[in-house]
Amino acid sequence: MPKFQGVDYYNTDDLLSEDEILVRNTIREFVDENVVPIIEKHYRAGTFPLDLVPKMAELGLFGSTLPSKYGGAELNNVAYGLMMQELERGDSGVRSFASVQSGLVMYPIFTFGSDEQKDRWLPKLASGKAIGCFGLTEPDYGSNPGGMKTTAKKVKDGYVLNGAKMWITNGTLADVAVVWAKLDGEIKGFLVEKGMKGFEAPEMTGKHSLRASVTSELVFQDCLIPEENILPKSGGLKSPLMCLSQARYGIAWGAIGSAMACYDTALNYAKSRIQFDKPIAAFQLTQDKLVHMLTEITKAQLLCLQLGRLKDKGKARFTQISLAKRNNVYHALEIARSAREILGANGILDEYPVMRHSANLESVKTYEGTHEMHTLILGEDITGIGAFS
Amino acid sequence: MKIVVCVNHVPDTETKVKVGSDGVSIDKTGVNFIMNPYDEFGVEEALRVKQKHGGEVTAVSLGGDTHKETLRKALAMGVDKAVLLKDDSPRDSLSVAKALADYLKGISPDVLFFGKQSIDSDNGAVGSMVAELLGMPSVNVVVKLEIEGTTVKAEREIEGGHEKVETRLPVVITAQKGLNEPRYPSLKGIMAAKSKPIEEITPTPASLHVEVLAMRKPPAKSAGKILGTDASAVAELVRLLHEEAKVL
Ligand SMILES: Cc1cc2nc3c(=O)[nH]c(=O)nc-3n(C[C@H](O)[C@H](O)[C@H](O)COP(=O)(O)OP(=O)(O)OC[C@H]3O[C@@H](n4cnc5c(N)ncnc54)[C@H](O)[C@@H]3O)c2cc1C
Repeated sequence: MPKFQGVDYYNTDDLLSEDEILVRNTIREFVDENVVPIIEKHYRAGTFPLDLVPKMAELGLFGSTLPSKYGGAELNNVAYGLMMQELERGDSGVRSFASVQSGLVMYPIFTFGSDEQKDRWLPKLASGKAIGCFGLTEPDYGSNPGGMKTTAKKVKDGYVLNGAKMWITNGTLADVAVVWAKLDGEIKGFLVEKGMKGFEAPEMTGKHSLRASVTSELVFQDCLIPEENILPKSGGLKSPLMCLSQARYGIAWGAIGSAMACYDTALNYAKSRIQFDKPIAAFQLTQDKLVHMLTEITKAQLLCLQLGRLKDKGKARFTQISLAKRNNVYHALEIARSAREILGANGILDEYPVMRHSANLESVKTYEGTHEMHTLILGEDITGIGAFS
Repeated sequence: MKIVVCVNHVPDTETKVKVGSDGVSIDKTGVNFIMNPYDEFGVEEALRVKQKHGGEVTAVSLGGDTHKETLRKALAMGVDKAVLLKDDSPRDSLSVAKALADYLKGISPDVLFFGKQSIDSDNGAVGSMVAELLGMPSVNVVVKLEIEGTTVKAEREIEGGHEKVETRLPVVITAQKGLNEPRYPSLKGIMAAKSKPIEEITPTPASLHVEVLAMRKPPAKSAGKILGTDASAVAELVRLLHEEAKVL
């Protein structure tokens, strides 16, 4: 495979600043040298490449938009998005790790945490010395997290948690879990630390998707956590949803990365695979597929770029983030499937990244709000009529 | 210690080069430009020398505004200062070397790094020429470098082996792959580089001694021939190597 040269049909690079391009190119090179060569092996084994964590930390990938005081690089949202794009071009699991660590763990601690919590956790999470996870989904409450059953009860020495979370990325690896539970009926965030009594985080097995990522259950049985481990400024479903907005934004960019990897692979393959004495790229049906892929990638790039600029101005609405997540993941998955078709039988082999991206994107389409839920969020926004409660 | 590293901004190694409409230069549309890979080893080594001996690292590039991208990368990797000798007129190696030497005279660096060659025109001449113009010793194609006091010990690649040499500061070193593993610029480094200025200086104008008359791509390869898949093809293969390819 020739080295990835980017996909930029509309000269969107002209809309980026020098430092945004440098961030993108740095992560691109990092992914080509450190992720691409090892990822299939991990995917096959169903393991997360843990030795990437210190390397990613050294680059400054975790909490990169946060103030330098907490180990952040103070990136703007566009640079952050480009970074997510490149990570996911490597693998959705690697991007998921970074999304969770940054958007779902460091962000809530930064936003809802006390100064002590920030000082204690953020530098460790930024340097990769601690890993975090985010526990919202439960076995019986996925799209409807507001119905969650996990509870926290105030006791003399702190809080007692009971309940179970499911589908939690990084759960088994995590030193700290941001757990959402109802305290007297109101959703609050809690920091549950590895090894606390009454807390287990067994890994889930049997995944056909996102195999290079750890997915776990979190089980709380009379788990006592100290008073200082409640996130004091969290309150209501809005708090976890604010976190999801961060992560969804990164996913909208990440999906472009997967799509680019698939398009690039399909384009190269189509130009070199000969059937009926011609490269298959010479057939109109193949060209139609390739053009469709490129068009959707280009649209997704422009969508994300403007969304990022809005976010930098503090003007991005969560419904706009929903639109980008919904659109980009949907098309990335379609692109992955078309790429698989272009590669024919080779498309199912792990010699090419296409089937892995395709399988990964099935998860990405579901997590952080399913495609359908984002449709309903947007539907409610434009009609003023909620189709769910 | 005063450390300077010269960096060039060149087409990415994967570029499919097209000859431009003038017939003497490449068509730059759609071409990705990067820091010359051998210069990356130079930047990394410069930063390591600074780490060990203290001092300041300055990156210098001769070229148009686009070279700022490469200087920005050098800043993001950790160099202290960046200087653009702003002029993108066509130059041969000697006129590049003269412009650099004229500027560097005023700085008198203790260690001056180059890549062993730029991967654009591959002359591999500028480092030695600058050394000559500045009257400094130079060690080329260096894969290992040690500086103690003013003593410089270097290992360089030669045909079929390595050569160990010793010289003194000030010195010009041209870097070869293997000298080190260049660091990635960190995201913090990139953000810090944003606020560091790039000094712009007008260099000595170009005076060409070598002129490019024409640039051509090698003829397209014709399709290979399969003579057979077992030993029975050997005789025919030998005959063709003799008579057609004339290599035996
Ligand atoms: C690999 C992976 C990693 C994950 N990581 C995390 C994590 O780190 N933290 C975390 O908290 N969660 C995580 N999740 C969980 C994820 O967010 C949920 O799976 C998702 O919210 C959907 O919930 P569900 O699977 O229970 O599906 P359900 O909510 O049961 O939905 C099933 C189907 O019904 C549809 N549906 C539901 N309600 C409606 C409606 N009102 N109208 C129309 N259609 C509807 C859905 O769109 C979907 O198609 C992860 C999931 C996966 C697969």
